[in-house]
Amino acid sequence: MICQGELTETSFELIAQARSVATQTGGRVVAGLVGSDITALAAELGGADRIVVVDDPAFENFSPDGHAAVFGSLIGDSSVVLVPYTSMGMDVASAISATSGMPLVSFCTAISVDGGLGATCQLYAGKIEADVTVDGDRAIFAVLTGSASADGGRSGGAAEVEQVDNPLEMTLRSTCLGIAEPEGGDVDITSEEVLVVVGRGIESEDNIAEAQELADLLGGAVAGSRPIIDQGWLAKDRQVGKSGLTVKPKLYLTLGVSGAPEHIEGMKDAETIISVNTDPQAPIFGVAHYGWVGDIFDLLPELVDKLEAD
Amino acid sequence: MDSVVLLRPVPDPVEELELNDDGSDLDRDYLGYVLNEFDDHALEEALLLKEATGGTLTVLGLGSADEMEQILYTALAKGADEAIKLGDELEHLSISSQAEIFVSALEGRSFDLVLTGVQAADELNGQLAVRVAAKLGIPHVSVVVGASADNGSVKVTKEFWGGITADYQIQTPAVLGIQAARQAPRYVAVSLIRQAQQGGDLSETDVDPPPDTSGVRVISVRVPEAGEGAEMIEGDEEAAATKIVEIIRSAGVK
Ligand SMILES: Cc1cc2nc3c(=O)[nH]c(=O)nc-3n(C[C@H](O)[C@H](O)[C@H](O)COP(=O)(O)OP(=O)(O)OC[C@H]3O[C@@H](n4cnc5c(N)ncnc54)[C@H](O)[C@@H]3O)c2cc1C
Ligand SMILES: Nc1ncnc2c1ncn2[C@@H]1O[C@H](COP(=O)(O)O)[C@@H](O)[C@H]1O
Repeated sequence: MICQGELTETSFELIAQARSVATQTGGRVVAGLVGSDITALAAELGGADRIVVVDDPAFENFSPDGHAAVFGSLIGDSSVVLVPYTSMGMDVASAISATSGMPLVSFCTAISVDGGLGATCQLYAGKIEADVTVDGDRAIFAVLTGSASADGGRSGGAAEVEQVDNPLEMTLRSTCLGIAEPEGGDVDITSEEVLVVVGRGIESEDNIAEAQELADLLGGAVAGSRPIIDQGWLAKDRQVGKSGLTVKPKLYLTLGVSGAPEHIEGMKDAETIISVNTDPQAPIFGVAHYGWVGDIFDLLPELVDKLEAD
Repeated sequence: MDSVVLLRPVPDPVEELELNDDGSDLDRDYLGYVLNEFDDHALEEALLLKEATGGTLTVLGLGSADEMEQILYTALAKGADEAIKLGDELEHLSISSQAEIFVSALEGRSFDLVLTGVQAADELNGQLAVRVAAKLGIPHVSVVVGASADNGSVKVTKEFWGGITADYQIQTPAVLGIQAARQAPRYVAVSLIRQAQQGGDLSETDVDPPPDTSGVRVISVRVPEAGEGAEMIEGDEEAAATKIVEIIRSAGVK
């Protein structure tokens, strides 16, 4: 997938996963590249064996029905179709499943081919892992970002490029009116060394002051999970995760963040992750380096006292 | 602008999830359910649209969770005109089957927009919004963070990531997968919910569960090992604070 004229990192992650499927099944990796004025990007897709390019002004911007239809027409008789579980992929995967009749598996982290096609998925915001299998020998998999290494998908294929004319005869029923970038705020959380990150467990806007006090003592900034930003308690540029920013600070301290896959996607590569949550089952403890099961409101005053005395 | 909102209860994410005896599903007998949080945002966005443009707002609730009626009465108390509960004895259904049931309920109704949450925690085989749109043969936009309507045309904002958004003009009727309403879902006084309960605007439609056409079968489910990878800190908050300060210092943070 392309955003702002560039291939997304998830594109390479999918190619890496497709390569591992192809190696096991003796198949080929085909990449579909759709956009306007994007043929040059095919040169970056050396991890694929074949790159099918639809370069047409109609696809200058992502179009939910247009991209779904064009990718639907490109899959041909492929047996394994990988779609990123991203904002764009969400509009595409279910639509091509509906039109092609191929089963679709969502929230995938791994694809398996031995003993029939199947996948491992994360359900219930990461609290449950499921092994699933599909009927028949073809399926679409919507793959969570971060499930494979992007570097594994940058080279190693035959990279034949094939141009295809825009196959659509439909008029698009959704028209992009324009794209907006967020305005930069006072703090750039992607360049902070220390982030104190509040989730819904912080309970109220007023309580964020306690997290701010901790962040100040550590010379860092406060960031938040999506619900905190949706509530308007922190600015949009403080959001970590799928629809927010990806951060890699030295220290990432979470307070009342459950660790949904969409959050983890944006912070799993932080150097040291410490997480505090009252729920011992919280998936955040699956990526944290250190965890404490307990109440953030019991911990915060102690932590602030100790740091002040230090 | 006439809207229909599709509401689905999901297992309460705050509760501990337990598995059934053969490890093939959650143990659903004792699960508490809540409204899918993204559906709650879909309802809020529909209420905002109704306030701005007039028209009707219908909510369709799927399934037999004990909490379903409360969820529908809450929607009525917030301002929905009509609430319909679909199905009384439904087991856990695939998204394909859910889409089929919602589409049958939508057929014969006139509407401009169908709104539902962009995803649910148990959407194992795709997005409900997109599947419903495909079955109805109408357009869809997912990850919507705001919609507005004038002169029969609808404009929606779709979010990509990092705060990047795109505005779309979309032909109606259409289906929107709502990520977040323009404002946080409103709270409603319990007295108003009680009034809605007495108002009797809730109807029920029996549903025969359709055959499952998802083609996806769960073999086994498991709870990932708690703290897999993480070193868990033991002790009370004082001990935890001491240890955390140590970790912070050894991470090279002053
Ligand atoms: C397309 C899409 C994009 C998304 N993008 C993002 C994104 O960019 N970033 C993001 O974060 N989310 C994103 N989400 C949302 C994501 O699915 C989750 O809903 C969200 O991450 C949950 O936030 P949370 O952990 O703060 O809240 P919850 O999941 O509600 O977790 C709150 C946690 O706090 C704990 N807690 C409560 N009280 C206390 C206490 N006193 N002490 C300690 N712990 C306590 C609870 O046990 C719970 O684990 C996205 C979703 C979608 C569908
Ligand atoms: N003050 C709050 N602000 C926002 N969300 C909250 C708040 N308190 C609880 N929640 C979360 O909102 C959801 C609904 O909570 P409730 O209002 O208790 O039904 C739950 O997931 C709670 O964790």
